[in-house]
Amino acid sequence: MAPMALSSQPWVEKYRPKQVKDVAHQDEVVRVLTNTLETANCPHMLFYGPPGTGKTTTALAIAHQLFGPELYKSRVLELNASDDRGINVVRTKIKDFAAVAVGSGQRQGYPCPPYKIIILDEADSMTEDAQNALRRTMETYSKVTRFFFICNYISRIIEPLASRCAKFRFKPLSDEIMSSRILHICREEGLDLDSEALSTLGSIAQGDLRRAITYLQSAARLFGSSISSKDLISVSGVIPEEVVQAFLAACKSNDFDLADKEVGSIIADGYPVSQMLSQLLEVIVSANDISDEQKARICKRLGEADKCLVDGADEYLQLLNVASHTMRAFSNMPEEFQFE
Amino acid sequence: MLWVDKYRPRTLDKIIVHDEIAQNLKKLVSEQDCPHLLFYGPPGSGKKTLIMALLKQMFGPGAEKVKLENKPWKIDAGSRTIELELTTLSSTHHIELNPSDAGFQDRYIVQEIIKDMAKIRPLDAKGKKGFKVLLLNQVDKLSREAQHSLRRTMEKYSASCRLILCCNSSSRVTEAIRSRCLNVRVNAPTHEQIVKVLEFIAKKESLQLPPGFAARIASQSNRNLRRAILSFETCRVQQYPFTANQAISPLDWEQYVSEIASDIMKEQSPKRLFLVRGKLYELLVNCIPPEIILKKLLSELLKKLDFELKHEVCHWAAYYEHKMRMGQKAIFHIEAFVAKFMSIYKSFLIATFG
Repeated sequence: MAPMALSSQPWVEKYRPKQVKDVAHQDEVVRVLTNTLETANCPHMLFYGPPGTGKTTTALAIAHQLFGPELYKSRVLELNASDDRGINVVRTKIKDFAAVAVGSGQRQGYPCPPYKIIILDEADSMTEDAQNALRRTMETYSKVTRFFFICNYISRIIEPLASRCAKFRFKPLSDEIMSSRILHICREEGLDLDSEALSTLGSIAQGDLRRAITYLQSAARLFGSSISSKDLISVSGVIPEEVVQAFLAACKSNDFDLADKEVGSIIADGYPVSQMLSQLLEVIVSANDISDEQKARICKRLGEADKCLVDGADEYLQLLNVASHTMRAFSNMPEEFQFE
Repeated sequence: MLWVDKYRPRTLDKIIVHDEIAQNLKKLVSEQDCPHLLFYGPPGSGKKTLIMALLKQMFGPGAEKVKLENKPWKIDAGSRTIELELTTLSSTHHIELNPSDAGFQDRYIVQEIIKDMAKIRPLDAKGKKGFKVLLLNQVDKLSREAQHSLRRTMEKYSASCRLILCCNSSSRVTEAIRSRCLNVRVNAPTHEQIVKVLEFIAKKESLQLPPGFAARIASQSNRNLRRAILSFETCRVQQYPFTANQAISPLDWEQYVSEIASDIMKEQSPKRLFLVRGKLYELLVNCIPPEIILKKLLSELLKKLDFELKHEVCHWAAYYEHKMRMGQKAIFHIEAFVAKFMSIYKSFLIATFG
């Protein structure tokens, strides 16, 4: 018998706030939007901020609250990176949708203002051409259509679009807010989470609530209802502290072959090197026994290695290179090579 | 049948090396609520074995009856249609494909095929709607755009279709995808575990293992189980009964690379560079991936170098490997590395011995 797909939604969806006022920690945004709901008037909007801070949630919530379930389908167009959003779609689909005029009038307690909403999720992955094609469309149909752009990096939105919108920055969630949401979910799902695990979860999620909830759900699936901080680390893909320390110790020993061996075993254990680099960065920046100059040298190399990894360079060679440069920094060898 | 296939564990219960992961996976399946999965780990660590065993656990023996198909796809992309041909391996319950085969058009494959597949939901015996599993290999080779388009697709069609992703390095998989999957790290087996597996095979084949022989194979295999079993079988063919100090022949291309390394160490001149070029071409023609050549070459060179040169050489190896990834033709960059090495080594010799 094939296993059936139960109604078990991801918790991220299950606990997504349905109303704007439930969105955690984004007070200014919530204030402006509540005002919008009362007056039923709103500008074009641009939401930006790190992942997992509630941008999509807010946009969907306000659309639902404005139109209600009945009109939602005809009034809101939601496009994200998985739909084709090349210049063709902007010229045809978006324009067609934007051009249609709609009437107003309250229905069943929803404001139903006389315009439609187009939500462009993950707008930073749209090409520049497609964004340019939107400029005029936005202005021409501004009477009947509002655009919501959602993105992580505002620098990837072209200036003409950004200047047409009211911008809202979403802050990373603070630890208290995060813990209170997590504890709420734990209560609902009947999970047992001790305070140590809670703080671990806070530190590995780094202000990203979606990530925290996903880890929590994965851990709950694998280890049952009582979750320790070790379980959370194992599902999150964070590299255990000992491994990072062993790597640093090998670099400090000034023995190249030892470092080479350490790098080899990190690769063989399958730890992702990008994760390794970011954890190394944290350890090095906060270390007390490393001089500022050494820190600067190591961090510079970490940045370069990260860029190379993004370009698709080999993990082993990059990590080995980082190890070698770290070693040279620790023993205060000159930065330039001798025999170049 | 090769021993590698013959002794591949078919069910989650029979897995020797990663029994902890196997038990966890079993728990996942038994709860009838399987998230998307991302397996990552170095080659030869058992990712595929785990996945196949997992599929069998989910769907029963039906998952093993696979057929190989070469399917043409016609994708309508606005003004033009794109025609693609892709090899898929499918059973009634799952489809396995390698989307990076489609090259720069992989984005269309990911968007269209998954949407297409998710529309047709299989029915199980009770008439309830089940789900299919889509197994994507080498997700780390997917382009950025394709990975971006995967992320929403994964959420949208999660009711009818589960994704199992498989890759070597999770660094190259975007954060967005990683955070939507349950990540399973499959580490390479340790030497002890490899020895255990080799002893298990020897027992099944009723072979006599001299003490220490399995350990030697394990230490030569670079923690790659597949390679250990293959070289074990090679040894069996070469000489049986085993003797304790029987030579375990290294792979011929590795031998060739170490020859190149000693060539480079012996003489540094344009003439020698030309000779090395011929040998490098020989390797590339035989389909040894260029980054593996470079890595092996580096490790051979490092064995022979002094401490202060090691830093320099490994810096340049990383530099040229990165360049190679950005560029088109691998030979330029490997050769540039060799030339760089020669110049460094020569000036080192001059500085030391005058």
